[in-house]
Amino acid sequence: MTGTGQLLVCHGLTRQFGGVVALSELDLEVRRGELLGLIGPNGSGKTTFFNVLTGLFPPTRGQIVFDGARLAGATPQEVHRAGITRTFQRSRLCLELSIFDNLAIGAHQRLDHGLWFNLLRRDSLADQADTTAAAAQELLQIFDPPLARRLYEPMTGVAMIDRRRVEICRALMSHPRLLLLDEPSAGMTADETNRLMDDILEVRRRFGDLTIVLIEHEMSVIQRVTERCVVLNYGKKLCEGTFAEVAANPEVRRAYLGLT
Amino acid sequence: MTAARAGTRALSAAALAAVAGLLLYGFLATESEKTVGLMLLGAVIAVAGGIRSGVLPRLVAAAGAGAVLAGLGVAMVVLVGVFHDDPFVLLLMSRALLVLVACLGLHVQLADAGVPNFAGAAFFGIGGYTAAVLGRGDLPHPVVLLASGAVAAAVGSLLLLPLLRTRGHYAALITIAFGLLFRTFLEVNDTLGGPQGLKLAGLRVLGWSFNDDRQILGVDFSGYAFYCLAALALALLAVALVRRVERSWVGVALDAVRLDETASACFGISIGRWKIAAFTLGNALIGVAGGLSAMMVGFIAPNNFTFQESLVLVSILLLGGLGNLAGLAVAALIVIWLPEKLQPIQEFRYLLFSVLVVLVLVLRPTGLVRRTSRRPFGSVAA
Repeated sequence: MTGTGQLLVCHGLTRQFGGVVALSELDLEVRRGELLGLIGPNGSGKTTFFNVLTGLFPPTRGQIVFDGARLAGATPQEVHRAGITRTFQRSRLCLELSIFDNLAIGAHQRLDHGLWFNLLRRDSLADQADTTAAAAQELLQIFDPPLARRLYEPMTGVAMIDRRRVEICRALMSHPRLLLLDEPSAGMTADETNRLMDDILEVRRRFGDLTIVLIEHEMSVIQRVTERCVVLNYGKKLCEGTFAEVAANPEVRRAYLGLT
Repeated sequence: MTAARAGTRALSAAALAAVAGLLLYGFLATESEKTVGLMLLGAVIAVAGGIRSGVLPRLVAAAGAGAVLAGLGVAMVVLVGVFHDDPFVLLLMSRALLVLVACLGLHVQLADAGVPNFAGAAFFGIGGYTAAVLGRGDLPHPVVLLASGAVAAAVGSLLLLPLLRTRGHYAALITIAFGLLFRTFLEVNDTLGGPQGLKLAGLRVLGWSFNDDRQILGVDFSGYAFYCLAALALALLAVALVRRVERSWVGVALDAVRLDETASACFGISIGRWKIAAFTLGNALIGVAGGLSAMMVGFIAPNNFTFQESLVLVSILLLGGLGNLAGLAVAALIVIWLPEKLQPIQEFRYLLFSVLVVLVLVLRPTGLVRRTSRRPFGSVAA
């Protein structure tokens, strides 16, 4: 494992809410191009880790280094600009808006927001809208082809499962280098989960240098798609390794199954 | 084929404009309260029927929003011609148009960016007082009107710091406090006329005084006819501006900020930047409308810019349907014209507005006309 192999390095990451330590002295690294599974019981700090990483809750202590740049204490906007994008456990799409609008929000960083451009150069704006629509449709084609034909329909009419897909597409619209997926399969059947994971793997094949951290409860999914997992419990790292290594760890079995 | 389509467009727009123009004419021309009531009932039934049966939306779609806007503009110009020497009607039309412009400003703030502004009348007043002070000097009056908008926007920036740190009710309270302070400030400020207020010079563009009645081609025009045309031009410009803002990446960003600040932040959208942009643009629109309005009326005093007036502006937004420009225009007409036409209710206007707003919020929370989703602005989609 070389230094250039690490995309993200967290050191001693701690986040306290009053007396509650949601994340405690977490050392965690994500290697370039890998699909890392983040698992652990409810309340073990997985989502908190995403929230701290993306700047929503600045860490109480600790370092975050992303591709050589320090990100601890950065605003969510700065974290996004550095190349980290996420989805949310509870869908945070703008339901009033169309699928296209939601995906355009994902592409925000690449769009021209100048007043002059938007108000007066309407032809160039239309061109940029066309390019964005094409990119959006390309992504939707991977996840659910019928959705691509409904690009300008409001989000309210889109089924729950498709909303999750749109949310992942919105994150991908920004061309992230690190994609954080927070339980993308929540509420899906086993078949739907499998299809979603296939689609995610397909995206990773197409976007060469995409690194993914996946929070997931379904162990068969973790086993199938991740190269490495990190197990959290009570905000601390319990262990890490391949799924087989992790699954064999007695401490993990105790945390998950309550065995003593 | 394109010629045929252009023909359909023009015809649909003309039909819509003609119907709207006739309705407005009937409403403005009639003196009897009973007729006004009946007409209103008829209009409501006609519009509701038109929407239910799908005729109205289809007509609008066939014409395209731009053509409808142009058609309505022409209809208003015709109305100005018809009522050329009736100052009361012309004043009524101008006021509705200027209030519409102010509400467009509030619309950008509240309906687009989600920034509440319960000090609309105060910013309207800032525009008016700016016009009063600068209008006396040698500055060309179009520049004075622009300055009215700029000063309103600049004074509004005083509120930015607290507004960006709060949201919802708390942000609303800040604007309420500002509105109340503004009025008190005016009342104790002798340079600005104190409670007695200030007189204004009439609008003058390239030596043409808008206050003077004139004879054109043998027809007598009241000075208000020219103010009405100026207000119409301003309103059309403001509508075009707001529509362009909404159908662009700026509109998408404002919607994102309004609907989910957390997700927006995670996609690099600067919450502060867009709230500032919307608040400033909105106040500028309100300020310009206030400037022109003050010049038209010729006199302003603190009493014109009360908290109640701010509430009326916000209630127009809610009544019309937050986020819908067509609804906004209809609501502005109802709220501004109805009390003037139904004299007996004049005393109770605030009571009636309150009841009306409550009724709308209970029975039809989306307002008279629902918010529609953004029409695509790409060349392929359009």
